[in-house]
Amino acid sequence: MTSDIILLGHGSGGTLSHQLLDELIVPLLSGYGPHQQNDAAVVPFAGQRLAFTTDSYVVDPIFFPGGNIGDLAINGTVNDLAMSGARPVVISVGLILEEGLPVEDLRRILIAMRQAADAAAVAIVTGDTKVVPRGKADRVFINTSGIGVFDHELDIRGSGARPGDVILLNGPIGDHGMAVLVAREGLAIESDIRSDSAPLNGLVAELLRVGGAAVHALRDPTRGGVATTLKELANQSQVEITLDETALPVRPAVSGACAILGLDPLFVANEGKLLAVVAAEAAERVLAAMREHPAGVEGAIIGEVTGGAAGKVLLKTAIGGRRAIEMLAGEQLPRIC
Amino acid sequence: MNFSREFRDPRVARCLLAEIRQAVDGQTGVLTFMEVCGTHTMAISQQGIRSLLPPAIRLISGPGCPVCVTPVDYVDHAIALARRPGTIIATFGDMVRVPGSSSSLLREKAQGADVRIVYSPLDAVALARRNPERAVVFLGVGFETTAPTVAGSILQAQKQGISNYFVLAAHKTMPAPMAALSADPELQVDGYLCPAHVSAIIGAAAYQPLAREGGVPCVVTGFEPLDILQGVLLLARQATAGVAKVEIQYSRVVKPDGNRKAQQLLAEVFAPADAHWRGIGVIPGSGLEIRSAYAPFDAARQLPVAVEAPREAAGCLCGEILKGKVTPHQCPLFRTGCTPENPVGACMVSSEGTCAAEYKYGI
Amino acid sequence: MCLGVPMQVKSIDGEVAVCEIDGVRREASLMMVDGVRVGDFILIHAGFAIERLDAEDAQATLLIFREMLDRGLGPE
Repeated sequence: MTSDIILLGHGSGGTLSHQLLDELIVPLLSGYGPHQQNDAAVVPFAGQRLAFTTDSYVVDPIFFPGGNIGDLAINGTVNDLAMSGARPVVISVGLILEEGLPVEDLRRILIAMRQAADAAAVAIVTGDTKVVPRGKADRVFINTSGIGVFDHELDIRGSGARPGDVILLNGPIGDHGMAVLVAREGLAIESDIRSDSAPLNGLVAELLRVGGAAVHALRDPTRGGVATTLKELANQSQVEITLDETALPVRPAVSGACAILGLDPLFVANEGKLLAVVAAEAAERVLAAMREHPAGVEGAIIGEVTGGAAGKVLLKTAIGGRRAIEMLAGEQLPRIC
Repeated sequence: MNFSREFRDPRVARCLLAEIRQAVDGQTGVLTFMEVCGTHTMAISQQGIRSLLPPAIRLISGPGCPVCVTPVDYVDHAIALARRPGTIIATFGDMVRVPGSSSSLLREKAQGADVRIVYSPLDAVALARRNPERAVVFLGVGFETTAPTVAGSILQAQKQGISNYFVLAAHKTMPAPMAALSADPELQVDGYLCPAHVSAIIGAAAYQPLAREGGVPCVVTGFEPLDILQGVLLLARQATAGVAKVEIQYSRVVKPDGNRKAQQLLAEVFAPADAHWRGIGVIPGSGLEIRSAYAPFDAARQLPVAVEAPREAAGCLCGEILKGKVTPHQCPLFRTGCTPENPVGACMVSSEGTCAAEYKYGI
Repeated sequence: MCLGVPMQVKSIDGEVAVCEIDGVRREASLMMVDGVRVGDFILIHAGFAIERLDAEDAQATLLIFREMLDRGLGPE
């Protein structure tokens, strides 16, 4: 650990987060097995496999264009389960409420959670609620945990990418992160960017149905964006990945807002996107299946697993140049330089 | 017309690269072109420009990162103000992770200091208006693109009768360091890519002495990929023809005389002063200090605090990096002892530092 | 410190313009640039317009680029 106090960067998904996990949290907590570093843990249970995951949601502001902390909390956990190839079945909800939170706000959040759960066909079966004094929580914190089951024998994990594989993305990047950032006070920017928060389990089921064992890995690029997730994948699979900047779908409003703030859309969070690493021979048909599905109509091939240095992620730039993509240390901060 | 997208056409990029190769065809030795703008440092790395240029052209970075050339005692001063009770520090994101002698603003924030990232100094003025019982200190770092905006914020605070808005000023000006670099016998610079937006303010004519007396080609260049490639092409043509003049590639924004009104705003609030450039030393008249007429807004004068004695980290080669004498890979600390998570010097942690760019984008 | 984005002026109220790029809007101070009109493109840095973009000069540069393309330089 290079710091003796916890910094915001430790929660941003970049190298500081990894440092915290690798040097402190995993060594001290993990008694089960090697740290899989996947979105969900896949554990053997009564002769079957179960996927189990947990996530906490502390987004600020709690209401933003395109959603709120509630649907985020449900979709996020649904998606983590889906990325392991599991069918999400049940969800738990832990609420930490700040004294003074308007009941009407809580009502809106709960309705959104129920609607998100229904849309994802999961059941919220258990939960807990705590209230803390004013100032001790940022209006509401939510933790959701989820269990999923496997309807197939496929083994999908972050270490499954192979040279020659193709990387698919189901739509434009950066919507969620920019929607939230723009909704915060202090930057005084207006736009119609909306969060892409959405459940992906339906899309995943379809991709697996069509691609089967040709689908080698699935990851959802949340904190840290597509860049961080691909870097993690490259490390886990010990492969080199090359992205094509011209193939990356980005909404003009997102690239415009990023240009003003000096941010890179590749590092901005998404909440309704997945990366699918697929064997080359199956790429076209999996892409076609993706585009047929409502959650993947803007799907695209954005890169491939090339044969170079393990753990490297390269970008072929719009003018044909090459540069590397590295994980950020902490949060991406707006800059004017 | 979209003033950005038009300047990214990859087909035109290929043409420009072919012309560049033609311009240096038969050239013995390497032409070294230096950019002196952090945004150029970043753009060149982000666009992968170096991977496309012929080996006869070498692009290096000079002291174009205002955060990087700011001495460590400025950060210490900002930290001391952050610790002052009832104070809000408002700053561009660029400054927040820069290491001072023993801490950083981000670390101070983690321990309870009120440090806020703003996009514009006017946002800091608004912050002051909304928090009349607190002192709001804006960290004024940046060259002539930014300094007039800070001047503007002081004038607006004055107009609105706001008395709790202060600026801790450490602005510096171009082209002063370029002349210092050109005079350095250890450095061979065959051409300058001159900064785009600093030049929009000060005008391209500011570089005449460098070209005429210094004999160094100067091309004022924009930030889009085609701008940068065209800038390199114009420099290559000048250098191979043995010519040294000031050319404006970024003609859609930069004029020979620059933005007079912005210059006046600057001169109204700021006066030239000597400034210490990290790695280079003191360059006379290359800094900006708040004039006494605006002393009520000067944080250094109005909010006295004890600032710790400055300590530069041992082994830090930022000074040599900033002069373009050492590349990041030549620094023994690069990637080993000095990383974005654990930065030793500003060049690594500044959002546009030379080492940060190489660490993030270098292959 | 030079990040500047070309944005189009949508409306002006005294010394403040509302500008837009690709549907993203922000206010900018016109303290540093005179004679700005609705429809102009201005370069925005840190919440200020620092210069107006000259469409004619931009076109001149683009013309040079177009001529290069026509000359058929650059391998495909």
